[in-house]
Amino acid sequence: MKYPFPVGKSDFIQGDEAIARAAILAGCSFYAGYPITPASEIFEAMALYMPLVDGVSIQMEDELASIAAIIGASWAGAKAMTATSGPGFSLMMENLGYAIMTETPIVVVDVQRSGPSTGQPTLAAQGDVMQAIWGTHGDHSLIVLTPATVQEAFDMTIRAFNLAEKYRTPVILLTDAEVGHMRERVNIPNPEDIELVYRKLPANEEEAKYPFGDIHGDLIPPMPIFGKGYRTYVTGLTHDERGRPRTVDAEIHRKLVERIVNKIERNKEDIIDFEIFELDDADVAIVSYGIVARSAIRAVKMLRNEGVKAGLLKLNVVWPFDFEMIEKVAERVHAIYVPEMNLGQLYHLVKEGANGKARVELIPKIGGEVHTPQEIVKAVKRCEKCI
Amino acid sequence: MYLKVSYEIRDKYLRKDMLPTIFCPGCGIGSVLQYTLRAIDELGWSKEEVVWVSGIGCSSRVPGYVDFDGLHTTHGRALAFATGIKMANPNLKVIAFMGDGDTAAIGGNHFIHAIRRNLDITVILINNFTYGMTGGQVAPTTLKGLRGTTAPYGSFENPFDIAELAVAAGANYVARWTVFNYIQGINSIKKALQKRGFSLVEFLSPCPISFGRRNRMKTAPELIRWYNKITVPISKAKNMSPEELKDKIVIGEFVDRDRPSLDEEYEEYKKRAKEMMGWEE
Repeated sequence: MKYPFPVGKSDFIQGDEAIARAAILAGCSFYAGYPITPASEIFEAMALYMPLVDGVSIQMEDELASIAAIIGASWAGAKAMTATSGPGFSLMMENLGYAIMTETPIVVVDVQRSGPSTGQPTLAAQGDVMQAIWGTHGDHSLIVLTPATVQEAFDMTIRAFNLAEKYRTPVILLTDAEVGHMRERVNIPNPEDIELVYRKLPANEEEAKYPFGDIHGDLIPPMPIFGKGYRTYVTGLTHDERGRPRTVDAEIHRKLVERIVNKIERNKEDIIDFEIFELDDADVAIVSYGIVARSAIRAVKMLRNEGVKAGLLKLNVVWPFDFEMIEKVAERVHAIYVPEMNLGQLYHLVKEGANGKARVELIPKIGGEVHTPQEIVKAVKRCEKCI
Repeated sequence: MYLKVSYEIRDKYLRKDMLPTIFCPGCGIGSVLQYTLRAIDELGWSKEEVVWVSGIGCSSRVPGYVDFDGLHTTHGRALAFATGIKMANPNLKVIAFMGDGDTAAIGGNHFIHAIRRNLDITVILINNFTYGMTGGQVAPTTLKGLRGTTAPYGSFENPFDIAELAVAAGANYVARWTVFNYIQGINSIKKALQKRGFSLVEFLSPCPISFGRRNRMKTAPELIRWYNKITVPISKAKNMSPEELKDKIVIGEFVDRDRPSLDEEYEEYKKRAKEMMGWEE
């Protein structure tokens, strides 16, 4: 296959562009979107590339329709993606829940900007973390990835498709205006060197009868996509293993929703990804994700120069969340600092994870600018003095 | 026209394990479902090539009863989902079963944009002037003065004419009948299914339980008589004055044309893109 951009070499591109190129290399053949700052560049790149690689790129009437279209495309057998920012992401909550309930593999990119509402369209924020995890109604689980660099945006887009296909679930790539608009050198591998995952299809007619049944004991049913003669019925109503609506049976509801939650929860080890930096002998830990983690690395070095033994835990996946790992970190340090571009979101999960074993302090910043390393250093030192 | 006995259609196309349906006595949805299945049967379409899509509401439960691939989606969004299905696999034939609230209220924007794009799909629309599933609230189709639980003194809003809306938005085929025009209904569905691009067959359909009871028409026969009174065939309507057409609903074939469909246009677009980029595979 021929690609409309250079492969097997590095290129100097924006985060948004990297996401689009990665999606195509991941096998995405359907993109639906609606213009929004700062995510439009993803759409524009898809619009440029998709017709050349025989994929579809279509502009829908709104974000409700964009996510609906990619869910439809996924049931028709395509790997599908949409991208948006806060205001559009809010609109997508309805059908994000539908994708969770119907176990539809899709990738949704949220290039975060400042909210609430229209907020600061061109400036970055991390205000959608809780919305990405809990924004749609009802009990559920899904996967949320948080890139900090353009290279990570590229790599995690491919991973997002692989996880979506493997676990038959929506995956959110939660990035922000900084990463989306920043230009960095990205290593784009040869397509044959990229490991791709494809959804499990029913092995036979019998398996296809249970599109929502745990027939392999791994909590992930094979997906009988449309047009193959399986005659699958898919509904957002509570359904039994065969997909039949069963809306007043408590046991069927419990079984379905618990399986949807557990297929993520029990595969935490496979899904969760993090990096540690100078954490082995640290007295204080910084837990960070996304763009802020880059300032946090620098802050750790600066703190060490000033005699504070600091370390960093950089989260590449913020849901599922590894509460146990945070507790282990908390046992070894006396304080955990969480710099976030919001007024405290992931902080609450870290605090729950720390379980009282260490003090957890939030370093909030809103208004559109990333924390400088100096700001993180200052906040840590101020708190360390006050003990 | 030769009509097969209905149990042949039932046995061939319905999922027996999903029956009985949720439909109330006197409801028109079952009849329209039968017309649609008869049309598919007469065209000889296989179950593998057809996908049924729906949103939320009584009529949206239909894809669950038929033995085809089916996507029962969120309220109003059926056509947005259908756009993804059709464009990702243009070989699939897509039928959307929708209600009037689903289509014209919460899904109004998706409806006009799917038509504007000329998405290759057949919409079978059940218009019963009410939200039946939630207990008889007024809809954007409820005629002025008719009652619903959310306008207990009679609707004070202007209703949509969905068929006219579809014509104006650019549909390739639009017809409207009452549920009791079964020969015309089946023929229109057959035409609609064979049509490339957007096709709509709207059925005025009785809802005695949620709509009729609140409007002094407690049974389906009373609603039939009312439909007979308020509907005018399009041939006759052409010679009627606006005053005479006031409070009347026109039935018949509104438009039958052949503009290129979205998937056909996209094929051309891909060719254009490759040409413009000097792309050789």
